[in-house]
Amino acid sequence: MSYEFLQNYWWCLVALLAGLLVALMFVQGANLHLGNRALDEARKRMILNSTGRKWELTFTTLVTFGGAFFASFPLFYSTSFGGAYWVWVLLLLTFVFQAVAYEFQNKKGNLLGVKGFRIALMINGILAPFLVGTAVGTFFTGSDFTVNKLAIANPSAPVISTWGNGWHGLEALGQYHAVLLGCTLVFLAAILGALYVLNNVDDKKTEAEMRRCIKMAAVPFLLLFISWTGILLCRQGFAVDARGVVSMEPYKYLHNLLEMPVVLVMLLAGVVLVLCSLYLGAFSQSRKGIWMAMPGTVLVVMSVFFLAGFNGTAYYPSCTDLQSSLTLQNSSSSRFTLTVMFWVSLLIPFVLAYIVYAWRAMDRKSITADEIESTDHKY
Amino acid sequence: MDVVIWSRIQFAMTAAYHWLFVPLTLGLALVMAVMETLYVVKKDPFWKKTAQFWIKLFAINFAVGIATGIILEFEFGTNWSNYSWFVGDMFGAPLAIEGILAFFMEATFFAVMFFGWEKVSPKFHLASTWLTGIGATISAYWILVANGWMQNPVGTTFNPDTVRSEMASAAAFWEVVTNPVAVSKFFHSVTSGWVTGGVFVVGVSAWYLLKGREKHFALKSILVGGLVGLAGSAAVMLSGDASGIHAAEFQPMKLAAAEGLEDGGKGAAFTIVPGIKVPHMLSLLATHDWNGYVPGINDILRGYTDNDGNVIPSVADKMAMGRTALDALATYRANRDTNPEVAAAAKAVLNANVQYMGYGHLEKPEDVIPPVGVVFWAFRFMVGLGMLLALVLLLTVWFAWKGKLEGYRWLLWTAIWCIPLVYICGQSGWIVAEVGRQPWTIQGLLPVNVAISSLSAGAVKTTFFVFLAVFALFLVIEIRIMLRAIRKGPEVEPGNA
Repeated sequence: MSYEFLQNYWWCLVALLAGLLVALMFVQGANLHLGNRALDEARKRMILNSTGRKWELTFTTLVTFGGAFFASFPLFYSTSFGGAYWVWVLLLLTFVFQAVAYEFQNKKGNLLGVKGFRIALMINGILAPFLVGTAVGTFFTGSDFTVNKLAIANPSAPVISTWGNGWHGLEALGQYHAVLLGCTLVFLAAILGALYVLNNVDDKKTEAEMRRCIKMAAVPFLLLFISWTGILLCRQGFAVDARGVVSMEPYKYLHNLLEMPVVLVMLLAGVVLVLCSLYLGAFSQSRKGIWMAMPGTVLVVMSVFFLAGFNGTAYYPSCTDLQSSLTLQNSSSSRFTLTVMFWVSLLIPFVLAYIVYAWRAMDRKSITADEIESTDHKY
Repeated sequence: MDVVIWSRIQFAMTAAYHWLFVPLTLGLALVMAVMETLYVVKKDPFWKKTAQFWIKLFAINFAVGIATGIILEFEFGTNWSNYSWFVGDMFGAPLAIEGILAFFMEATFFAVMFFGWEKVSPKFHLASTWLTGIGATISAYWILVANGWMQNPVGTTFNPDTVRSEMASAAAFWEVVTNPVAVSKFFHSVTSGWVTGGVFVVGVSAWYLLKGREKHFALKSILVGGLVGLAGSAAVMLSGDASGIHAAEFQPMKLAAAEGLEDGGKGAAFTIVPGIKVPHMLSLLATHDWNGYVPGINDILRGYTDNDGNVIPSVADKMAMGRTALDALATYRANRDTNPEVAAAAKAVLNANVQYMGYGHLEKPEDVIPPVGVVFWAFRFMVGLGMLLALVLLLTVWFAWKGKLEGYRWLLWTAIWCIPLVYICGQSGWIVAEVGRQPWTIQGLLPVNVAISSLSAGAVKTTFFVFLAVFALFLVIEIRIMLRAIRKGPEVEPGNA
């Protein structure tokens, strides 16, 4: 296996994990409904217990996504995490509260009360997709950093990757294109959450409310997604030539899309699947829209990552110093490490198989009010 | 204080806090898996109720463990940016294996274990309970492979083109995976988790006996938990012996600090507490030789000859070689594209001195001395408490087996007090391991002041206090919820109580 193949292979896996992470953000989206006044406490409890059986998959996917980046493209991990400090710390805090909120919220003695932990879940429901979306948005707008590997030989200023401003990532909030992607993901998560609840909770009133929410979220989601994609295809991109020199190229991402027909097909297929799921969720009696929305989301997110990293493109560009931009070639682990990881990654289908098996065993019957009432094993 | 100090404090706090939850996860996982196995084998509903009670406490503990684990992962990048780049290639494969093999196993089967009692068959549920614990244990192995490598960086080659440590061959990968420090650390850490789980179960059960509640449940739990704890104690002692040998071989300064040994020699004595020494004991423990040579702090600073006849240079000489390596690295990179001959010569100099490159960043030889008092006393707390815990476990199991435990109220009270002590013991062990290797993030290669991110001290100080507040809040909530759940009790059938 060539080094280039392995670097591309691992970018595909990072993209797949990113896609799964966004698709699994149905947990975050569904938790937004904990603040829905049209639903009574019993129904909110059903939603909570429904996402409560899945939140660890989303959480673990986030951990694995971070771990995969660390393992396969460590220069991204050190540059982005150490540079865009506040973005990652904020994201971390929302997930940390989410992790304990399920277990703690309905237990006596939890200090913050049910309301406190539900607010934490709802904050996570908005901020997690927003921050992840905005962070990925900077893959196309660029960030303010420089990389100098020789710095490590300089005892007085040894840090290889340095951020150019004191905002440490929060400045991305001023980049409207990146923010658009963050907002898109918030509405997408809300739709995924509603589709998931529709499928997983057996209750007529909840079902009607989810369908209403899908209709409400679909319009802003589509407007935001179309706007973001339109701007992406029209903007300059960060091209990298065979010598590794980075330069600006007009319509770079449009070129990428046209020059990589597989990615174009993936993007279109993903969009069609998501649109079909919106139709099923909003205008039909079907409860199976989530099974189209999730693969559709994975395909769209993967194609976005492919546009960012393939076809001679710097996936984590620096607007301060173009030549500091990160490419698949200059930021990856060594050939040997990527090879070992390649063989390890062949276990992924086995892992997916047992997740699907366990998921099916647990979800054979939808959650009902009676079940929540009768069982001791609940959140 | 500067950014290095704040980054260290923040990471130390996070790691120490994480280790409050991990050992109980590892130990309780085994205890409840054994109990559920008894239920499936004997088909006795008592064991189902018993397992369910401990699983309930496990779940309360598990959530905070997961929450703090992700903070550690993120902090590698956010606060130790240079370190992340420097080690990324070495940790890539272990982390990939951990993520794929362990994380999803834990996450998937924890959900089945907690919610699946009425949804899956008893055998599938039992498998899920075991797999949750096995997933946590596999995860521990791979993260300790990473930690072991930082203590003893084997199987690595420094690449001046990428400026990082790289794994270059299958042999190197195998060296990393079977690093003796990692293997002994794994057994030491995981089995210390069994001790924690055992002490926790015995302590909680002792409280029921003192209150005259849940007697059958408590005695059976003491037998299972106590035996798990005792097995853990035996394994901790054996792996602790191996850890001592490894410290002497790979991190002699850590051993010297743990002993407060300023000047070493042959037939070195072991200090129990200041003023009380056992002749030759340190040599025996550190080298398995009555008269083995153990270097002290001053010997390491001055240079010495080890038991195999190798001449170990003084720290000042290592610093000079380290600076030569750093200068050669700069020369190599400045000339590699324009002047290949100069670059090749510089590379040769670099390769000859690279093993001491980290020393080139130190200001003075004394920088290699860790805080001796902290390491010295932490080591004594660890060993002393470990022995006390083993004794208490042995006595409780013995008297429970004989049916006389309820008559020994002092022992029941001691068992309860052992719960905080087992945490102090575990924390002390990590203080020895991590404070003892200062100033290195990677032994000999990367000191802490070079491993950091380009952040202001104010930024890290802010996040430190935010995390401190969050951790304190979670700990208070966790303890309150745990105590309420214990007070409520297992609710086993009246006939069994």
